Amino acid sequence: MVELTLPKNSRMTVGKTWPKPVGAKNVRTFNIYRYDPDSSANPRVDTYFVDIDSCGPMVLDALIKIKNEIDPTLTFRRSCREGICGSCAMNIDGKNTLACIYGMDEIKGDVKIYPLPHMPVVKDLIPDLTHFYAQHASIMPWLETKTNRPAAEWRQSIEDRRKLDGLYECVMCACCSTACPSYWWNSDRYLGPAALLHAYRWIIDSRDEATGERLDELEDPFKLYRCHTIFNCTRTCPKGLNPAKAIAEIKKLMVERTM
Amino acid sequence: MNYKTEYKAVAGLGSAKDGTGHFISQRLSAIALIALGPLFLFPFVNALGEGHQAVLETYRHPFNALIAAGLMIVGFRHLRLGVQVVIEDYVHGERRKLVLMVLNALIWRGFAVAGVFAVAKIALGA
Repeated sequence: MVELTLPKNSRMTVGKTWPKPVGAKNVRTFNIYRYDPDSSANPRVDTYFVDIDSCGPMVLDALIKIKNEIDPTLTFRRSCREGICGSCAMNIDGKNTLACIYGMDEIKGDVKIYPLPHMPVVKDLIPDLTHFYAQHASIMPWLETKTNRPAAEWRQSIEDRRKLDGLYECVMCACCSTACPSYWWNSDRYLGPAALLHAYRWIIDSRDEATGERLDELEDPFKLYRCHTIFNCTRTCPKGLNPAKAIAEIKKLMVERTM
Repeated sequence: MNYKTEYKAVAGLGSAKDGTGHFISQRLSAIALIALGPLFLFPFVNALGEGHQAVLETYRHPFNALIAAGLMIVGFRHLRLGVQVVIEDYVHGERRKLVLMVLNALIWRGFAVAGVFAVAKIALGA
């Protein structure tokens, strides 16, 4: 059955409160989830104070400042710092988003940072995305053709290319899937909004010749039809994409081919 | 120790090639209920409190009887499809799920049959 409470060893405790920066006038409080797999201790929430006057505007800037100047053990993923790589996805102020493009000025009060919800935690703010990536691999995220020619590039009309807008921009940060209650309860079988948005990106590609096979693979009560149009995915997507619409389009194609 | 790959876990037993029928049926039955609901309610509310004979007369009218029977069939079908989704969503563990799915398949059909039988009995004056 669905678990409505965290297992005993996942329940959070109050962690360490780190010292305030000396002489700082503009200080912001950060409550950050900490979990060390090498200790048997439960996860805790540490409190940090950051001098905002000597820090960049984004949440990731503050995290990097904390790691550099206060606590080097704080662990998180980051790379591009401009919303392209999707590495720094985490739950900030109750919303799954990318720390690098989420401004601190968008948050009132203390900044609360947790890892993406309902995923196994590797350490601190790093979730284990192995299963999520395998789901992406399962939807055949590549152009599949049966016709041998042309052996060079396959051309596409401007109109057909336009159909990929709002789909190709997905950076696989996992914000949408980990915001989805259906994914929380059934991620072992439900592919989740991210994988399904990518599936639709290849289904709708005018050059792809495996549309039927792709739909065959998705026609399943769990892989596709666990989506109940809750829209958490669309609401949280830091890139402003609409996975719920992509899933609805797949369902429409499923209906279309039975009529 | 589990040496299976994550991809194998995701692939599972492959696609069931099923679900679209359920999806269509749930929506069609919902649309049908939009029409059947008020058509059932008007004569039903009129007959309420008017005594046993008034109810019998209401459902001896073929239109009212057909609407009531239709509501039983479509309504319980919609209910069965909806409860199935709830079971699939929240009940994990194959044996428990199987038992609930079988009960779900039987109970609402039983209610529909009983409802239609009752309406038919009144309508045909048996």
